[in-house]
Amino acid sequence: MAERILNGSEVVLQALADQGVEVVFGYPGGAVLPLYDEIFKQNRIRHVLVRHEQAAVHAAEGYARSTGKVGVVLVTSGPGATNAVTGLTDALMDSIPVVCLTGQVPTHLIGNDAFQEADTTGITRPCTKHNYLVKDPERLARTMHEAFHVASSGRPGPVVIDLPKDILVGKAPYLEPSQVQHRTYNPVVKGDRGQIEQALEMLASAKKPILYCGGGVINSGEQACKLLAEFTRTTGIPITLTLMGLGAYPASDKQHLGMLGMHGTYEANMAMHDCDVMFAVGARFDDRVTGNLDFFAPGSQKVQIDIDPSSINKNVPVDIGIVGDIGHVLEDMIKIWKAKQYKLDAQALDGWWKEIEGWREKHCLSYKQPKDVIKPQHVIRRVHALTRDRKTYITTDVGQHQMWAAQHFGFEHPYEWMTSGGLGTMGYGMPAALGVQVAHPDATVVCFTGDASIMMNIQECATMTQYRLPIKTVILNNRYMGMVRQWQQLLHGSRYSESYSETLPDFVKLSEAFGFTGMKCENPADLDDAIAKMLEIDGPVILDVAVDDKENCYPMIPSGKPHNEMLLGQETNGNEAIDSDEGMVLV
Amino acid sequence: MKETEISKHTISVLVDNEAGVLARVIGLFSGRGYNIESLTVAEVDAHTHESRITVVTSGTPMVIEQIKAQLSRLVPVHKVNDLTLSGPSVERELALIKVIATGEKRVESLRIADIFKARAVDATNSSFVYEIIGSPEKIDAFIKLMEPLGLSEISRTGVAAISRGTLTM
Ligand SMILES: Cc1ncc(C[n+]2csc(CCOP(=O)(O)OP(=O)(O)O)c2C)c(N)n1
Ligand SMILES: [Mg+2]
Repeated sequence: MAERILNGSEVVLQALADQGVEVVFGYPGGAVLPLYDEIFKQNRIRHVLVRHEQAAVHAAEGYARSTGKVGVVLVTSGPGATNAVTGLTDALMDSIPVVCLTGQVPTHLIGNDAFQEADTTGITRPCTKHNYLVKDPERLARTMHEAFHVASSGRPGPVVIDLPKDILVGKAPYLEPSQVQHRTYNPVVKGDRGQIEQALEMLASAKKPILYCGGGVINSGEQACKLLAEFTRTTGIPITLTLMGLGAYPASDKQHLGMLGMHGTYEANMAMHDCDVMFAVGARFDDRVTGNLDFFAPGSQKVQIDIDPSSINKNVPVDIGIVGDIGHVLEDMIKIWKAKQYKLDAQALDGWWKEIEGWREKHCLSYKQPKDVIKPQHVIRRVHALTRDRKTYITTDVGQHQMWAAQHFGFEHPYEWMTSGGLGTMGYGMPAALGVQVAHPDATVVCFTGDASIMMNIQECATMTQYRLPIKTVILNNRYMGMVRQWQQLLHGSRYSESYSETLPDFVKLSEAFGFTGMKCENPADLDDAIAKMLEIDGPVILDVAVDDKENCYPMIPSGKPHNEMLLGQETNGNEAIDSDEGMVLV
Repeated sequence: MKETEISKHTISVLVDNEAGVLARVIGLFSGRGYNIESLTVAEVDAHTHESRITVVTSGTPMVIEQIKAQLSRLVPVHKVNDLTLSGPSVERELALIKVIATGEKRVESLRIADIFKARAVDATNSSFVYEIIGSPEKIDAFIKLMEPLGLSEISRTGVAAISRGTLTM
């Protein structure tokens, strides 16, 4: 095939188009002006102008998580690239496929402390899955295509391509995606059959089995989630999901025990603690999930299935580690389970479910909604109830409101729940919602945020207005950095050091200043009307809900404690000071 | 082996010789808190631009497994081989050792060098530079003996290693 010679910017745009990219989230600057010029001249790829580069990455993450596609970011050199670092780290921790194009000073100036020069590949090396600095125009097209392959295959993650300005301006040959193959990077997708058989044999002999499933199932795709449901129903065993895994299995199903971990349900954590065979599927034994490792599921044999070999045996040694794509492995598991006519001991399983029902009776997520003050959990539940007949996507910020959203909003499908899990990035919610709404213009997108978190990317209100993105932002306003306050109450003798939101803006006026509707709700009796009105409005809305400022998020496994030493909060009105020096040093 | 026992491993890593690849490997070790006792790197195939990195590290079995899995995960890494586990291997290191001394000490250093098959590659009236090749332990032993004899400077290459017999990476 004859080589097509284009200029560098044309190569970049052509590669994006050939990779199926529809939208780029970005912010211009000197080093990327040639690319912006090229964007101006075409109309295949849409550019969404955010108001801060961190938000560009979170928007791309929201886009990626709600579609299963790669999110694309474009930022300038120096400060543009350094501003993107938090977003990249967030995407790395949560395994979200993102390709981030960063401008760079011309190659002959690299290393000279040129204006807006930063060692972008150096800075982003530990916070990307991989990164490239393109110094040779011959490698430009290849690098673009390779980046999409690396970002989206295996365990997904962010990839940075640093583009010096002379490369964007100079001539470069174009290659089609089909002409590019990576020499060595080709992750394994099929699991080992022998290991799968061994694992199923172990499961078939279990008396107290449990499935513990995470974001890897969602990353594997919708088909993997369907297969997970089939496997779960075929075997009849209980399943619990991580924060990242919510939606991988329908929350309303009776086999689902709810989320596990630090703020997981009593039944999920007790079942994890007491199980005898655990299948960890696309989950990485994060410390928020395991609690104290010395006491984690002490009597259990463990099987772990993950596409990333480094996730296996990292925190918790397992008996069988199967490397492969969850979808492929589940497909084989179902086939083999049926072919070998495996069956669990029905009597034992029945006993196990009875035990679980006993734990369920604690109703660990229950709360009382009084007449005078709105409970934050209630807001989540009412938004859930009132959006049930719509296609709804939820994003959150970080803090108590995030955990309440995870606990109380029942997610039935994958791709509908976007939250910063691994990094816990305040300021994630609103920009992520931008990306989701851009991907799904007709869907309802709700961002649950806190009075502190919302201030961390509040500038994105302007982006909502500019693109008429009808995002519904609900602030669970407790006038505190609630999660910080809760830890201070429980671990630091109620010394509320710097965790009070002293001077909050008037969010109604603020919304109006940005050109959209702001609403306020303080009275429990008005809540449903306020939510309904918010959903009716054809445009962005910020709904500022004054909630109980003393409410704590329970259940809670304090850091350093085992699963079966969970605090439930209900009996004690939250006055359970945790007396443990060990807990104080942990995060 | 006990789960908590720390042991030393020599790991060979074949990588694309591209910009930043060494930084990636070193960053992985420092970022995740793994030990590097020695590290060597050089291109071994000029045609395919492959380099071979030899790392000597130590850790519990779980940590060693992690190190290998994390290395394999790096995009420019082709192969990772744990020479300590994959059978017998040869490990060699080169050191240049400067000894400044006169009189009896100077003569004694030459005598010991002879026993260790170290060569003097530079000499003045009051100094030698010895070149010694061998296992790290042999070099350690040689250095120890030179200490009282005017040892003044050491430059070591770190370990290069390869498996014995017909086995290849
Ligand atoms: C960027 C960033 N800085 C600091 C923190 C630590 N942190 C975790 S939760 C939290 C408080 C969040 O307060 P708010 O948004 O009001 O949510 P609430 O807990 O009150 O629901 C803070 C400061 C963080 N997660 N992210
Ligand atoms: Mg708050």
